[in-house]
Amino acid sequence: MIRVENLYKELGSKPVLKGLSFDVRDGETFVVIGKSGSGKSVLLKHLIGLLIADSGIVMIDGENIGELSFKGLQRLRRKIGMVFQSGALFDSMTVGENIALALSSKKEFTKWTVKEKVKEALEIVDLAEAEDLMPSELSGGMKKRAGFARAIALDPQYILYDEPTTGLDPVMTDMINRLMIKFKQQKEITSVIVTHELRIVRDVADRVLLLNEGKVAFNGLPAEIEKSEDPVVRQFMTGDSTLAIGEKI
Amino acid sequence: MFRVIFYPIRGIIQFFEGIGRYFLLQLMLFRSFTSWRLNLVNTVDQMMLIGARSIPIIILTSLFSGMVTAVQSAYQFSSFIPSYYVGSVVGESVLLELAPMITGLVLTGRVGATITAEIGTMRVTEQIDALESLSFDPVGYLVLPRVLAGTIMFPFLIIIADFFGVFGGWVSANAQMNVSLFEFIKGFKQWFTPWDAWFGLIKAVTFGFAITSIACYHGFYTKGGAQGVGKATTITVVVSCVTIVFLDYVLAALFL
Repeated sequence: MIRVENLYKELGSKPVLKGLSFDVRDGETFVVIGKSGSGKSVLLKHLIGLLIADSGIVMIDGENIGELSFKGLQRLRRKIGMVFQSGALFDSMTVGENIALALSSKKEFTKWTVKEKVKEALEIVDLAEAEDLMPSELSGGMKKRAGFARAIALDPQYILYDEPTTGLDPVMTDMINRLMIKFKQQKEITSVIVTHELRIVRDVADRVLLLNEGKVAFNGLPAEIEKSEDPVVRQFMTGDSTLAIGEKI
Repeated sequence: MFRVIFYPIRGIIQFFEGIGRYFLLQLMLFRSFTSWRLNLVNTVDQMMLIGARSIPIIILTSLFSGMVTAVQSAYQFSSFIPSYYVGSVVGESVLLELAPMITGLVLTGRVGATITAEIGTMRVTEQIDALESLSFDPVGYLVLPRVLAGTIMFPFLIIIADFFGVFGGWVSANAQMNVSLFEFIKGFKQWFTPWDAWFGLIKAVTFGFAITSIACYHGFYTKGGAQGVGKATTITVVVSCVTIVFLDYVLAALFL
């Protein structure tokens, strides 16, 4: 279970997160939406300890990330997989080597097991033929799927997605959405997805949180957000830039 | 008005912040020494990149700097100074100053800039975040192999530079002043003490550590996109050059 309590973060001198609190239950797919610059990716980086809060608590399975030692944080991260917006593949290695590197952090895997696991992960994302390709030879969608494969290869308990479908065509977006549903069903993973695409909310989410200017504007079920009368929520859901916040719908 | 007053103050604060962050990175580097076995393959790769692939440029630069020294010695020597003394001048200049200094400056451009561009690109494309998310220690994985490789390989490069610098000096002395190899070696031995060579190696280790650690630091904390990488690379070259000249003076004052 993930618990975030009163999370504050400033970057430079600009406050980005202003007292966020929410829970993510085991096995659920929790989608965080919000406008660009609302602090979604910053929030996600706090969940894996890439950023440490100025104040507030981020707890994962009862462990406070801010209080963990370096080794403790490394141990905790083995439970978490992260899919980056750009894929963040290591560009000096092939796709297969990228996944193998992730697996090499676990001592129990032999060379043979690593090979098998790499193949298995690439088959799940339908990229078996790309094992020997370099990241520069992949399309945007293939890079994202290779990033997925790397994140799931370690069988994580939690998986964090940073804008998984941004910049992809509708067919590829659908494919990625189906992949996220497939991971969830096959591996019973707890997922946190950061996005500004409403299609993910409709297709994948168990619960949804809307971030607005570093604060929680909505936290509830996908069906509830569709019906919400809150002006901030309405503006985001309709995508109407002319709608004044505070105006009665 | 306020901007005029606060601009230099902000600059000074940022300078000390930078120094503090550099030493924090060195602390993390020493902490990551425990994982050197895990990063051995990486370190050997870096030794090839930093060391072996720098040999041609080191041979070229040291050869010509030795030749120039001999030409200038010949120009300054009057007829009262025996010509074999050119071996003494070339030997001392190359071993004590030219080989370490020229090698340091050349490798700042070749090695330092490459390291910063490489690590900086990894930073701005989230590859370092990805490493951390996979439970890797990015300092152990990226910084340690490069700093170790630089510190180990620089002395070997300086030995090569010493040899080719002195050789270049003899070739030039022979062409300009008709100094035979026997005479040149006689002059070389005149002032040579083993400490001269050791001093060059002390400089090599110090410069190797300084160049690679400064380059890793600027790469590791790169901000922004391609422009940020370019800026970090330029700063690395400038800071490393100034640091080498400064360390050159400090080491000379301490050991000579």
